[in-house]
Amino acid sequence: MPDKLKFGFYWAASCGGCEVAVLDVNEKILDVVAKADIVLWPVAIDVKYDDVRAMPDRFMDVCFFNGSVRNSEQEEMAKLMRQKSNALVAFGSCAQYGGIPGLANLQGRKAILETAYRSEPSVENPAGTMPETRFRAKEGELTLPKFFDQVFPLDRVVDVDYYLPGCPPPVPLILGAVTAIFEGNLPPKGTVLAPAKTLCDECVRNVHVAKKMPDIKRTWEIQADMEKCFLEQGIICMGPATRAGCQTRCINGNHPCTGCMGPSPEVTDQGARMISALSGILRVDDEKNLSEQDVAALMNKIKDPAGTFYTYGLASATVNQRRRK
Amino acid sequence: MSEGFEPRIVGFLCNWCTYAGADLAGTSRLQYPTNMRAIRVMCSGSVDPALVLQAFRDGADAVFIGGCHPGDCHYQSGNYKALKRTMMVRNLMKQLGIEEERFRLEWISAAEGAKFAQVVREYTERIRHLGPLNLAQPAARV
Repeated sequence: MPDKLKFGFYWAASCGGCEVAVLDVNEKILDVVAKADIVLWPVAIDVKYDDVRAMPDRFMDVCFFNGSVRNSEQEEMAKLMRQKSNALVAFGSCAQYGGIPGLANLQGRKAILETAYRSEPSVENPAGTMPETRFRAKEGELTLPKFFDQVFPLDRVVDVDYYLPGCPPPVPLILGAVTAIFEGNLPPKGTVLAPAKTLCDECVRNVHVAKKMPDIKRTWEIQADMEKCFLEQGIICMGPATRAGCQTRCINGNHPCTGCMGPSPEVTDQGARMISALSGILRVDDEKNLSEQDVAALMNKIKDPAGTFYTYGLASATVNQRRRK
Repeated sequence: MSEGFEPRIVGFLCNWCTYAGADLAGTSRLQYPTNMRAIRVMCSGSVDPALVLQAFRDGADAVFIGGCHPGDCHYQSGNYKALKRTMMVRNLMKQLGIEEERFRLEWISAAEGAKFAQVVREYTERIRHLGPLNLAQPAARV
């Protein structure tokens, strides 16, 4: 009977959804714990940082790290997990691309702390107190992690062995990865553990090869037809620039794809690719009749390009943050 | 604005129209600043927004696309796509804190050598006035 593997889970700047995704495997968790011991899982098990520091190097066979890195504690833990694991998996969109927390790069440390601790209307902070990394209380010195100016995907901090995309990673992909680990069947280091196709490839609504997008509509502006391609209804769907593997769960709920699985393999910048794709299909039937003002008015219907095209991937985009003056 | 700042402008010029127009400016011995680095592309519609953003990230102070006039695209409708892409990218640039005018699309035909020289002259001065982009991308790694 081979020794049980040792798995660890750690969460950095994240929402907790990835921990829930692990539980979403439901009864299959019993198959997992039959072959692996979970030696670290802050949300579920009371293991302390000092216990992790005391582990021999590469003690964990696999550490699944979710969340991005945006403060010094998360940086320290990323490096610790790297040291104490044989294989480090960036689990979920945040670890892989920065995720939704990455949108904070549109603001920066100063603006964020100012809003959260001073200017937000619901804040009561007459003294204007701001968090500090060290504070001398009468009981002793208290410390807080340093809040970085930008959000980093995991692989900008440490070497990552595998990527499991999704917000959160879909259950079939999680189980696929775990099975590959148990069978000793993992692909080469650096692989994204998801299909190498775009979402459109696995979407039942993808009927017309030559798509035409008649207008730009927000999701609340029309009652979306449940069978027609979103783009053909004027609703922005990130499918053309997004990796497959989620079995179109959002589409099945009559919601367009928002791009959480990250870019398809040959694409380096998901948002730019989507901008390019949309420009190729918008108003193609009468584009020659549109004046520059018409085109500008059409494009201005997208109120938040960064939030729409880089919802999960801003921290790893070509231009990954707002310019600092 | 820094002293003696020389703008670095990346120019994607379409083979059939603007690049030929630039050539005409050259053979006509028209003088214009050397700040624009010309890159010949087959169509203005083939310029990937990712390349435009990469130019900014890698140090360009401005990006220029020169294409055929509407209706004259060698590939029928590539320039219409270029127009749409330009508008969308400019809206994105606003959110990224980059002045929209650092990305410009102009229709310049093969016969418009003088227009090409004039546009380069004028755009270089405009960007000189705006100053360097200084898109300091701190810490690629922590």
